Amino acid sequence: MLRITLIRLVSVIPVLLGISVISFLVIRMIPGDVISSIMGQDFGDPAIEAEMRRYFGLDMPVYEQFLRWLGALLQGDLGTSMRTGQPVLEEIMQRFPSTLLLAVSALLVSILISIPLGVLSATKRNGLLDASTRVASLIGLSLPNFWLGILLVYIFSVSLGWLPSQGAGEGEGFLGSLKYLILPSVTLGASLAAISMRMTRSSMLEVLNQDYVRTARAKGLGERGVMVRHALRNSLIPVVTVLGIQAGALLGGTVIVEQVFAWPGLGTMVIRGISQRDYPVVQGTLLFLAFFYVVVNLLVDLLYTYLDPRLRSGH
Amino acid sequence: MVTEAVPGRRPGGGKQQDDASPKSVGRRGVHLLRLLTRDKVGLVGLVIVVLMIAAAALAPLIAPYDPTAMSDQRLAPPGGDFPLGADEAGRDLLSRALYGARTSLTVSLIVVTCAGFFGVLLGLLAGFYRGVLDAIITPATDIMFSFPTLLLALAVVAARGPGTENLVLALVIVFIPSFARIVRGTAMSVRREPYVESGQAVGLSNTRLILKYILPNSVAPIAVQFTTSIAYAILIEASLGYLGLGVQPPQPSWGSMLSNGKSFMELSIWPSVVPGVCIMIAVLGFNLLGDTLRDVLDPRLRGRSSR
Repeated sequence: MLRITLIRLVSVIPVLLGISVISFLVIRMIPGDVISSIMGQDFGDPAIEAEMRRYFGLDMPVYEQFLRWLGALLQGDLGTSMRTGQPVLEEIMQRFPSTLLLAVSALLVSILISIPLGVLSATKRNGLLDASTRVASLIGLSLPNFWLGILLVYIFSVSLGWLPSQGAGEGEGFLGSLKYLILPSVTLGASLAAISMRMTRSSMLEVLNQDYVRTARAKGLGERGVMVRHALRNSLIPVVTVLGIQAGALLGGTVIVEQVFAWPGLGTMVIRGISQRDYPVVQGTLLFLAFFYVVVNLLVDLLYTYLDPRLRSGH
Repeated sequence: MVTEAVPGRRPGGGKQQDDASPKSVGRRGVHLLRLLTRDKVGLVGLVIVVLMIAAAALAPLIAPYDPTAMSDQRLAPPGGDFPLGADEAGRDLLSRALYGARTSLTVSLIVVTCAGFFGVLLGLLAGFYRGVLDAIITPATDIMFSFPTLLLALAVVAARGPGTENLVLALVIVFIPSFARIVRGTAMSVRREPYVESGQAVGLSNTRLILKYILPNSVAPIAVQFTTSIAYAILIEASLGYLGLGVQPPQPSWGSMLSNGKSFMELSIWPSVVPGVCIMIAVLGFNLLGDTLRDVLDPRLRGRSSR
């Protein structure tokens, strides 16, 4: 177990390095360069331009810029916002809890919907419930989450007036801000539930055909016991993996869902950065999200190894 | 259109090497179409896809209005002069939706075709030649996989600025790795088959080996990936459009229609409903078709009564 953990940890290093290169290149890909892009037509003074280029270190060769940038990165310096002059990392840390809160509660919503429905759907295969949940999950897969969000806002905020639709309800106390969390997390969770429900159903079906389930039934274990002690436990392994893969969909999803609900997280930050051409903000936020994604995947991988003893022997 | 191109490009057929005569190609196409339409779900998917292609292709002929023509009937409800209502500038929603289909489908087809081409090429190089090429291509695709799809697309658009060309570029980059990974897998397994080794033994060149054996065997997974990628491309195109980073106005796109619609939601819900329904149906159609193609093209699943 320790050996596998170490191998996995080491294998993450090139990935992180690759992500850093991609994030660095984002700024390189700007047509012209950052300075001319920010200054546009407003400034024509070549002296000021040269001065700014020197200030941002753009007069050095690319590899040197990368090494400097990477060095700063390793010290936790993601640069400063070109608009506000604030350190990027500071704002990320301010906003990250909101995004994490949204992502975790969306994940909870999706687990609460998908696992019971997936299991029921598999045990009562081809029944009415099975058919309807499968149709629902197909539709859920095809539904753009921002549209679902818009519809929920229309129903629950505009028409019924039950729930707030914009912001996170800062300063309204715990219960007050909980109300703000409901619509965004249902929006994000529903689309995830569609995927994991399908996965739970098919892996449950596979497990139900296994010899050990037949043995458990043959030795007289009640149907409930078979389900809970043998089938469900084993069918959860692939589900855990899917949840891990979904961490990416979740992070991408938050960007859009945050925009729909004006949620004060990293998603709205990155979009604001893009529209204001605040490149360090964009670069830093994307880098942070990608790193976070890699770490989550690593944890899921390790959890997977822990759940499945066959993988523990070193594969 | 999309579906019929698939069986046509199947010289010798998928995993079975039994009948490779040119005569059987057309018959196989018909057979595949029959398998697809026999499955109710597949039929629904096929119908949606065909309708969407027709709507996109015929938009200039069937749209009742110019999609950018404004009128004073702002936010008019469905019925009356506008079958599906009008948006905040009094533009006909039906016409905009039809032209939106054109935008969405054009972008998705271009993106997935380009990504498919480069992805297949990279996958073949990595899987067939292995060695240094594989050592470069595979980690590179792995790293791209480790970036959440939408974030990668956002990164490219962030750097290059919003607009159709940059949108296409971003999506092509995003979609290349999945093709490369799939083709690399088949290439590696097919390469070890006895018929490839015997081909090598009689002195066929590598290019011929690839064209004659490796590529035909990869057609089935590529076709499935192609179809489901289009569904996904439509979704991402709409997402970026919603964020204002995709196709720029006044060209109609479903995503930007939705983000305009949201601002006027309290006055009329139709501008938010029409494009959303379009996106959902289009994505559903390609997903259903992809799912059924997967079942039909995979001989291991063929016997199973899946649905």
